[in-house]
Amino acid sequence: MSDVRQHADDIHDQFSDHIDVSVDDVEDRLTTLVDEYKVPIDEARRSVTNHYLEEAGLDREDLSSGSSEAAQVEDVDEPEQWIDLTAKVIELWDPRSDSVAQVGLLGDPTGTIKFTKWAKSDLPALEEGGVYELRNVVTDEYQGRYSVKLNSTTVIEELDEEIEVGDDTSEIEGALVDMQSGSGLIKRCPKEDCTRVLQNGRCNEHGEVEGEFDLRIKAVVDDGIDAHEVIFDKDATENLTGISLEEAKDMAMDALDTTVVADEIRDQIVGTYYRIEGPTFGRYVLADDVEELDGPVDAEQLLIRARSM
Amino acid sequence: MSQSELTREVARRAFASEFNDSTYTFKESDDERAPNYALLPTGDRANRVFIVGTLTETEDVGEDSEYWRGRVVDPTGTFFVYAGQYQPEAASVLRDTEPPAYVSIVGKPRTYETDDGSVNVSVRPESIAIVDEDTRSRWVVETAERTLDRIEAFEEWEAEQEAPESASTAPTNEYAQMARERYDSPVVNYRNDVIQALESLEEIEDTEATA
Repeated sequence: MSDVRQHADDIHDQFSDHIDVSVDDVEDRLTTLVDEYKVPIDEARRSVTNHYLEEAGLDREDLSSGSSEAAQVEDVDEPEQWIDLTAKVIELWDPRSDSVAQVGLLGDPTGTIKFTKWAKSDLPALEEGGVYELRNVVTDEYQGRYSVKLNSTTVIEELDEEIEVGDDTSEIEGALVDMQSGSGLIKRCPKEDCTRVLQNGRCNEHGEVEGEFDLRIKAVVDDGIDAHEVIFDKDATENLTGISLEEAKDMAMDALDTTVVADEIRDQIVGTYYRIEGPTFGRYVLADDVEELDGPVDAEQLLIRARSM
Repeated sequence: MSQSELTREVARRAFASEFNDSTYTFKESDDERAPNYALLPTGDRANRVFIVGTLTETEDVGEDSEYWRGRVVDPTGTFFVYAGQYQPEAASVLRDTEPPAYVSIVGKPRTYETDDGSVNVSVRPESIAIVDEDTRSRWVVETAERTLDRIEAFEEWEAEQEAPESASTAPTNEYAQMARERYDSPVVNYRNDVIQALESLEEIEDTEATA
């Protein structure tokens, strides 16, 4: 394929969803500029692109630099990438601004991601629970969290299929290096839908209340590269420590002090290696699946690497 | 929740030979409360470390109040661990533990200058736990891997420095650069320590297999 033909193909790909134009038309325009008017190919491409932008009524920002690539939610790890997603609309939220037509959460088997659809893009409405193929969406990042933006070049196609939506689970392997305050036997506010942890018998919202006992651990698991904060709920704490909520209450009763529970737990877990799997929740990982790493390790692969360096 | 918890410092993994060479310390800002870092010779900063080894000796070296020193040995050398009245839990573990025992320690690097002008590096423990041999082996392998990663990044950076035509695109490695300015010993030494540490694990395995 000739150089000009290749450029024509690229330009055609960018516009084929928007205007009715053939690759030959594009190539003709490019050839005229390059052969007859001796315009360098880059400048010719720019000029031809501009011509079609005008014809389609689009802005340059609306165009992807090349063709967008099919991707899954978990692949999104940098801003300003043009991708195609097949995803389900999990939730629609109320837009906070008139410039936003729709905002909400998309999900595919690999995770969930926020989406924004601009009002000026004039796209068809997405429905909650619907599954769509979204071609030409652009990724964005804000404070370390990714989202996708639908724009006027985005092509929305509703699919008649169901897809399973996965959690944003993470897996960490490392040493448990610290247990934080608020761990062990704690008391929660009993008011409906509150469950805040009491500080000295007081709830931040409801004041002094008769608390309900619960068990949890807030810990730091560190692999030498990152320090991850991990929360173990009652079940995870019971499984990890072998101390049930009832036993913890008995321990505290005998000692007339709830901190004995935290001390006992700390002795058991700090300095131990774990593999932890669970959904992420802000900066925390909720420990769903916990495995103590106490089996043998293999040094051979590393030894080969070290010797070959 | 305090600010320090929002940006919790990672516990680096380094063998004793490298840790004890980390004599240069620095801060990243002029703020009085800015964290202190020890510079690892393979090119990283460490405000916190996680070490596992054999506690071989404990001694109360305090004069007026208890001040416990523990020697913790890994395949490449010895960590010196000091805990006093401000580390009561760690101090009580050193007081109560009968060596030899495998221990894991989370702590901060500390440096002090001796009378002859040399700088000693020690660990001020945040916590000390008694662990088993498998945990110790796992730490050796993990520390070997982290150390090799640092050496690789260091050497990559070094190679780019020596090829000036690519200087503009060279990856930056702030701490590798700092390490080359501050330290004399070549990073290949630490690679040899890694090999030695890993070989010591293999030997144990071989003895166990023939036993």
